[in-house]
This record gives sequence, structure tokens and C-alpha cells, in this order.
Amino acid sequence: MPTFWLVVFLFALAAFGYIAGRARALHSAGGNARDLHSLPAYYGYNVSLTALVPALLVLAIWLLAQPLLVETQVSRMIPTDAIPENSTLGLVMSDVRRVAEGLDIAVEQNALTETEAGSIRTEFTDLRGRLGELGVALGSDVRPEVLKAAQRYRVINSTGHLLMTLVVGALALGGLAFSYLRTNKDFRARNVVERGVLALLVLAASLAILTTIGIVLSMFFETINFFKLHSWTDFFFGGTWAPNFRGDSELSILPLLWGTLYISFIALLVAVPVGLFAAVYLSEYAGSHVRAIAKPLLEILAGIPTIVYGLFALLTVGPALVSIFGRGSEGLLGVEWMAGATSVLTAGLVMGIMLIPFVSSLSDDIINAVPQAMRDGSLGLGATKSETVKQVVLPAALPGIVGAVLLAASRAIGETMIVVMGAGAIAKFSLNPLESMTTITTRIVSQLTGDTDFASPETLVAFALGITLFVLTLGLNILALYIVRKYREQYE
Amino acid sequence: MYDLAKTESAVEQKDTKISARNVQVYYGDSHAIKDVDVDIEDKTVTAFIGPSGCGKSTFLRCLNRMNDTIDICRVKGDILLDGEDIYDPKVDPVQLRAKVGMVFQKPNPFPKSIYDNIAYGPRIHGLAKNKADLDEIVEKSLRRGAIWEEVKDRLDAPGTGLSGGQQQRLCIARAVATEPEVLLMDEPCSALDPIATAQVEELIDELRQNYSVVIVTHSMQQAARVSQKTAFFHLGNLVEYGETGQIFTNPVDPRTESYITGRIG
Ligand SMILES: Nc1ncnc2c1ncn2[C@@H]1O[C@H](COP(=O)(O)OP(=O)(O)O)[C@@H](O)[C@H]1O
Ligand SMILES: [Mg+2]
Repeated sequence: MPTFWLVVFLFALAAFGYIAGRARALHSAGGNARDLHSLPAYYGYNVSLTALVPALLVLAIWLLAQPLLVETQVSRMIPTDAIPENSTLGLVMSDVRRVAEGLDIAVEQNALTETEAGSIRTEFTDLRGRLGELGVALGSDVRPEVLKAAQRYRVINSTGHLLMTLVVGALALGGLAFSYLRTNKDFRARNVVERGVLALLVLAASLAILTTIGIVLSMFFETINFFKLHSWTDFFFGGTWAPNFRGDSELSILPLLWGTLYISFIALLVAVPVGLFAAVYLSEYAGSHVRAIAKPLLEILAGIPTIVYGLFALLTVGPALVSIFGRGSEGLLGVEWMAGATSVLTAGLVMGIMLIPFVSSLSDDIINAVPQAMRDGSLGLGATKSETVKQVVLPAALPGIVGAVLLAASRAIGETMIVVMGAGAIAKFSLNPLESMTTITTRIVSQLTGDTDFASPETLVAFALGITLFVLTLGLNILALYIVRKYREQYE
Repeated sequence: MYDLAKTESAVEQKDTKISARNVQVYYGDSHAIKDVDVDIEDKTVTAFIGPSGCGKSTFLRCLNRMNDTIDICRVKGDILLDGEDIYDPKVDPVQLRAKVGMVFQKPNPFPKSIYDNIAYGPRIHGLAKNKADLDEIVEKSLRRGAIWEEVKDRLDAPGTGLSGGQQQRLCIARAVATEPEVLLMDEPCSALDPIATAQVEELIDELRQNYSVVIVTHSMQQAARVSQKTAFFHLGNLVEYGETGQIFTNPVDPRTESYITGRIG
């Protein structure tokens, strides 16, 4: 039975369980719902949840675990000398999977019988040709070890699948029977369902946390691999970024960090004043009509995909800057300071525009949290609106605004698409904002795209860069949240 | 409790400070103040009493145009301060509020030092020529607010760190520092304990020497203790206005009597 039908069966069973559980509860109370401990529906939920949830969980875990187990089992069958010179176990295993898939398709289309598929030999059949007729293209002739492994792969897989169907089905039926039999008018179905719901919620929350931990750990292990191949002093303290795929690269984070921080700084220089002033206008001056239109409009900016901002940098802002600061006598200023469209300024300006709604909407919330009594006090003393904003509202909101700026900074540091398209690719220390520079995120992208070999330091450095970036932004976020929270307490 | 003869003779010679005629206030479509006429005298404490929601705060806020900060609020009629219409387009509401100060229900010190809280108004209005001058204003205002002795050693401490009663006296001192002519107080003691309340009441009595004070209060005892004149509001109407002693002992309107004896409220 394909997994799809198994899931359909589980849900049908759950629906049946609902009806049956509800009916049994009502029946035990002689049809009078008031004699039940809980509302009738709770008895139904109880039965259907006990049937459904454990079975679904086991199904999910099984589906995740089975491929891993099968892989290890099968890869043990491939002797080391069967791996060709310029290949790896991973590549051979992907051949195995392809052949196994091909056999599956062949059986499905009745080109082979199940027994034939299990016993076929490359010595006697042109398997590549026959699979090719069915639309499964193989890169090379199938070698006997690979075919044997593929056949074994299919066998283990189908036994696993059968076992899974049996276990999951039994679990569902068992859960149904168990909770159905427990159902009577005094059973506290409402409390049990409550606990079940709680367990589901906890599961969802822990899943989110576990994934985060998983991401960090996987990056961490690759980073350790990197530091086995490359000295950490060069990475953290060296001054040059010069990856060289023939080996002997200089891979130091400092020039990239410089570019990242410089671009982020320019972005904040744009975003913080504009965003803050926009927030002050919206929360202190704008009438309700203007606010109702302007606030959503500003927030639309926040929904634009960053790749669109990247295009804007590449096609509009970059060339515009060049026509001002470059082109010699043809340019607006008649200077030759800027050669290409990509530069720190291009990326910084566009990233600043991207961050405006972020800063303004956070600041708006924070300014609105300043109690109205504070403004009344100032206005009641004969202060004007702008005096009130400058001397009372902003100082009161300052810690929160600092928090917002730090959050914006951490977004700027982690931003990728705009810098990939607007900043350039040259790693260097320079103060000139009209030059191309590159950032940590851009280098991660470029080290991992194209032909990659996950054993070379030039590729693995991406993980070290990634985890440094992660630590940096995490630190900023924690600091920002700490400040914002502290500020909240002040007015509670 | 009421020293009638004395207050009456003291009140009679006072000039009118604020005179309101035919005042209507609307919040959107709802009519919150209806046809109010009232004369508030100089160097007198006037109490506004009445059940919740009857419009005491609304009317009080008309007197320094704080209602301007509420979008949907419209004020009609004439309110004259020393004979000048405060709703005249020529009048700058910001200047007006320096002359007609306000103390709010909840103490609202700014998140600044005690010194800066008091110096806020004088700085904005340029009342001090130099630092020594400002120091003097701060000290004088804190003394008037009856809080100088408690805070003189920690003028740099934040105003928000004081106790509720101290905060309210700080706010009164802050309002006094801009040298207003009229001081409006909207339930200034409702967040205070009895001891702090007694201190603030004593303070109000002293302020009467220099200012015209208008106080909104829910406590009839308080109105009787601190005020010379009392106005009773009910459902947006000014029902009765007169000498405090007369309102409390011998009200003319049956609604006033019911409120005072506790039958409406
Ligand atoms: N900002 C406002 N917006 C709309 N209606 C208001 C506002 N402030 C007060 N009101 C209404 O005006 C009436 C008088 O309120 P208020 O002056 O606060 O009464 P009081 O101070 O006597 O308790 C009430 O009905 C109240 O609901
Ligand atoms: Mg009120």
C-alpha cells in the first residue's frame, strides 16, 4: 500500500473513531448528554486523536529513518575496490539509487516481472538499454556490484515499507480500540483531550527549537572540518581573502567583515534617520486618515523580496551613482571616482531603503508605548509638539529605539541578495565608499555555487563564515531584545 | 467643618479670572458639555464635582485648550481669560498653556532628573537668564510644591524613582515653575494615600495665595475642605454653582442634593 493510502486510511479511521466514540459515550449515558462528564464531542476527539496521533508520529519518524538505515546497509555491500579511481562512495550510491528507481519503473510498466527484477544479471541482459527504452537514462553501463546493491536496496526498502504499514496500521487500530473501550459516561474525556492538545503544542514548539539546534550543529561540524584543513589564526586574524581552488588559499574573514560592517553602517545611516522621522510623523503628527493609508504603504516596502531591491541596486541606483561620481567629464560632477555600478554606496543605499520600514514600524510601536500622560504633561506646560517629541517622547523611547536599531543592524549584516548584486566581489580594506567591496554573505554564496568539492577548505570556509555571521547576529539580537525588554518593564 | 462667614466675605471682593459663556463640547457626535456658563474667580479654589462621565475633565481641559490635542473634540462658545477669548485664532494655545497650568490625575513625571523635571517649563519658555537663576527657580518651585526638604540632596535622581505622593507634588512643583496664573488639577489625589493627599491639600491651600486653582475631585470631603466655590456637573450640564458652604449645606437643585447625600453618583 503506498504511503498516501496509508495516511488516507489513518484519517478515515480517525473519522470513524470520532463517530464511534461519541456514540458509545452517549449510549453509556442512556442518550442523555447531561449525564456525561464531558461534552459528547470530547469523547469523539479522544478516540480519534488516540488512533491518529501516535500512528502519524511513528509514520513520520519511520519515513525519515528508513532511507538512512537502508543507505548504510547497502553501502556496506560495495567493496572499496569497486569504487572507481576518480569517484566516491557517495557517487556510487547515487548510481545504486538510480538503478533501483529504474527497476521500480520497469516493474510498474510491466517491462519486467518482480522476480525478473530481483534476479536479472548484467552478464546476460543489456540493462542500460532496456531501462533507456523506459525513459530512465543511466550515465554508464551498469556494473554488477551496482546492480546487486540496487536489487538489495529494493528488497530492504520494500520489506521496510511493508513493516511500516503493518506497525502504523496496528498502532492506529490499537489506539482506536483502547480509547473506544475506555469510553463511558464517567470517563474524563475533556481533561484527556486537554492534555493531548498540550502535548501537540509542546511537540510543535520543540520541533522548532530542535531544528535550530540541528542547523547550528551541522554548521558547527563542517566548521570543525574546515579548521582541520586551514589554520584558525589565518581565518580570524589574517588580512587577505584570496581563495584559490588549486589550494594554498588565504581565507581570512577580516576583509569580508570590514565590507559587511561598512555597508551595514551606510545602510543604517540611511534607514535610522528616515525610519525614525517617519515613525515620529506617523505616531505623533499624522491624523488618523493619513495614518490609515501611510502605515500599510510603508509596510508594503517591507514585503518586497530582497532580490527586487538587488535589481534596483544593479539597474537604477548603481548607474545613477556612476553618472554622478564617474564618467569623467561626461558625469554630473565631472569626476572619475567611480568605475562600475557596484560599490559600497550602492549596496548601502539600497539596503538602507529596505530597512526603512523595519526601523519605522519598530520605532512606531515603541513611541506608541510611551504613555499619553507623558505627552499631556509636557503639552500642559506649554511645550510645542516638536519640543515634546524631542525632549520627552524620544528620550523616554530611546532604549527601545536603540534596540530597534540593533535589530536593523543585525538584518543588514545578514542581508544577502542586495550585496550579491550591488556590492561587488573584491575583498579589501578601504574607506572609499565608491569602490566595490564584498561581504561575508556574498562570499558564502560564491564559495558554494558552481563546482564544489566538500572536502576542500575553499568550500568549507563557507560554513566557518556562516557560523561567525550567525554568532554575530545572534549576539546583536540578544542585546537588542534585552534592551527592548528592559524598556518595556519601565512602563508596566 | 465649614467656616461660612469667613470664606464668604473673603470671596466677595475677588475678580473674575475666567469667564465661560454658553460652552458646548462635542466628541464627534456626542454632546459632552451642554450650555455651561461659569465665572472662575482669581485667588480662589474652585471645585468641580459630579458623577463619573459627567464632563468635569472635559470642561477643565477646555480651560487650557488641552482638548485641541484630541482630534474628534470640538468646543463652541466663549471662554475668556482676563477678558480675552482663549479660542480666538490670534491666541497661541502653547502660550496659553504656560499661563494656565495643569496637573493630572496620575502623577506623570518625565523620565528625567528631578531638577530637569522642574526646569523643563522654565527652559522652554526662557524664564531663566542663567544657571543660577534656574537653580533659584527650581528651588523656589520645589519649596512651593512642599517637596524641597525631601529631594534637595538628590536633585539628580530620576523623578520616576519617587513615591506616588512625592511624584504628584513634583508635578505640582513642575506646573508652578512656569509661573502660571491659573492651575487646573484633574483629580490630583485619586492615586494618592491619605497622608500624601493631606500634603497636597495643604499645598493647594497655599497656592490660593497666588493663583486661581480649579480642582476636579470625586471626594466631597475634599471639595469641602479645600475649595471656596463649588460647581456641580451632571450629564454634561452645570447644575449648580456657588459658595462651597452653601452647596454642601443648602443646595438649591434637587439633583445636587441627591448627589451630595449619595443618591446619585
Ligand atoms: N477622548 C474622548 N473621546 C470621546 N469621548 C470622550 C473622550 N473623553 C471623554 N469622553 C466622553 O465625554 C464624557 C465626559 O467625560 P469626562 O469629561 O472624562 O468625565 P468626568 O471627568 O466627569 O468623569 C463621557 O461620556 C466620556 O465618555
Ligand atoms: Mg475625569
